[in-house]
Amino acid sequence: MNQVQLQVNGQTVAREVEDRTLLVEFLREHLGLTGTHVGCDTTQCGACTVNLDGVAVKSCTVLAAQASGGQVVTVEGLAQGGKLHPVQEAFVQCHGLQCGFCTPGMIMAVDYFLRECPASLDDEAIHTALEGNICRCTGYVHIIEAVRHAARAMYPQVWGEAAARG
Amino acid sequence: MYATRYVRPRTFAEAADFLHRNPDARPLSGGMTLIPTLKQRLAAPSHLVDLSRLDELKGIRLDGGMLRVGAATPHAEVARSQTVTAAIPALAQLAGLIADPQVRNRGTMGGSVANNDPAADYPAAVLGLGATVVTGDRRIAADDFFTGMFETCLQPGEVVVAIEFPVPDQASYLKHRHPASGYAITGVFVARFGAQVRVAVTGAGPSVFRWSEAEERLGRSCTVEALDDLRMDPAQLLDDVHAPQRYRANLVEVYTRRAVAALAAPK
Repeated sequence: MNQVQLQVNGQTVAREVEDRTLLVEFLREHLGLTGTHVGCDTTQCGACTVNLDGVAVKSCTVLAAQASGGQVVTVEGLAQGGKLHPVQEAFVQCHGLQCGFCTPGMIMAVDYFLRECPASLDDEAIHTALEGNICRCTGYVHIIEAVRHAARAMYPQVWGEAAARG
Repeated sequence: MYATRYVRPRTFAEAADFLHRNPDARPLSGGMTLIPTLKQRLAAPSHLVDLSRLDELKGIRLDGGMLRVGAATPHAEVARSQTVTAAIPALAQLAGLIADPQVRNRGTMGGSVANNDPAADYPAAVLGLGATVVTGDRRIAADDFFTGMFETCLQPGEVVVAIEFPVPDQASYLKHRHPASGYAITGVFVARFGAQVRVAVTGAGPSVFRWSEAEERLGRSCTVEALDDLRMDPAQLLDDVHAPQRYRANLVEVYTRRAVAALAAPK
């Protein structure tokens, strides 16, 4: 057994868990944060993506014990004061989901991509950013639109409509 | 996965000592290969010894003509490092082609090199540049390090601390990515040191290897034309559902020519 202590979405939590507990299990089963999903359990689909110590990781492939002492942000931690994060808002506006199962992981991956103003929003840049996330429903078209929509909202000087007009 | 015990040593000396005292313990770096292996119950170590926070295994620095990368350096850090991009841009590009962004945030150079997956990318860079693998016990030349599929000359309990890459005059890495996994069906790393050229091939055989006939031709003339009518013998290559031997041999020929052409392209 291992004492795991983490900051999750700004709150300190501590639990005694088996050493083999995955971070995704810790979040879902020990903390009840079921926004993070287990899709493939083989590190491919990205539905389990969370932010650990500032970077996007696949939580099905990290032990809770490895993360102990660090900071985790899950999809539940993005909205502030009842207001959706711009990435979440973009997925709503652009219909970037159908069944929604991949969506938390997609949103966390897009959030990571857009933490700094991206140098490019062309297809190749967005494909690379989302290479670790698989969607079975949408064919990705509206997800890619959502990335651009969020970037325009988050970085209006660089990517906004006024910037496009020059 | 089977039950195990996670330990987090505070220093490298503590980690090395623990591994020597507990022969069924295994080192854990990024975990992007080991954790999936454990989840499939393909291994059952007594302990997992976390190396990822050890200062002795961190850092990227250029010392004269030598680029030293700590074993616990994640692929994302190598890919965005100004130091690596300036000294050996092909190495930064290679790191950026591994897997996907989330995996690159955790996977490390030391873990990749010590594991020697036949489809991994870093072994091609280590062998292609004639790097030195620095462990807690000794310094190992790249030509001696990779001994077979998933096999290296590392002794039980021996841990990779850093990799030292000599800075070449030119280098490039190109790979044929598996469309789902991104692993190298074939990847070729070419490096030129003066008149000497090294060609390291990953993904095509059971372990990374140097294509000595290509090196000989390129040593006389480092051009794509020098490789005209040079064929790779399929006999020693992997033959599986992803690609039969003859296709892999073709990929080796094509990607070696492309890698040489990429050498000539301006920075």
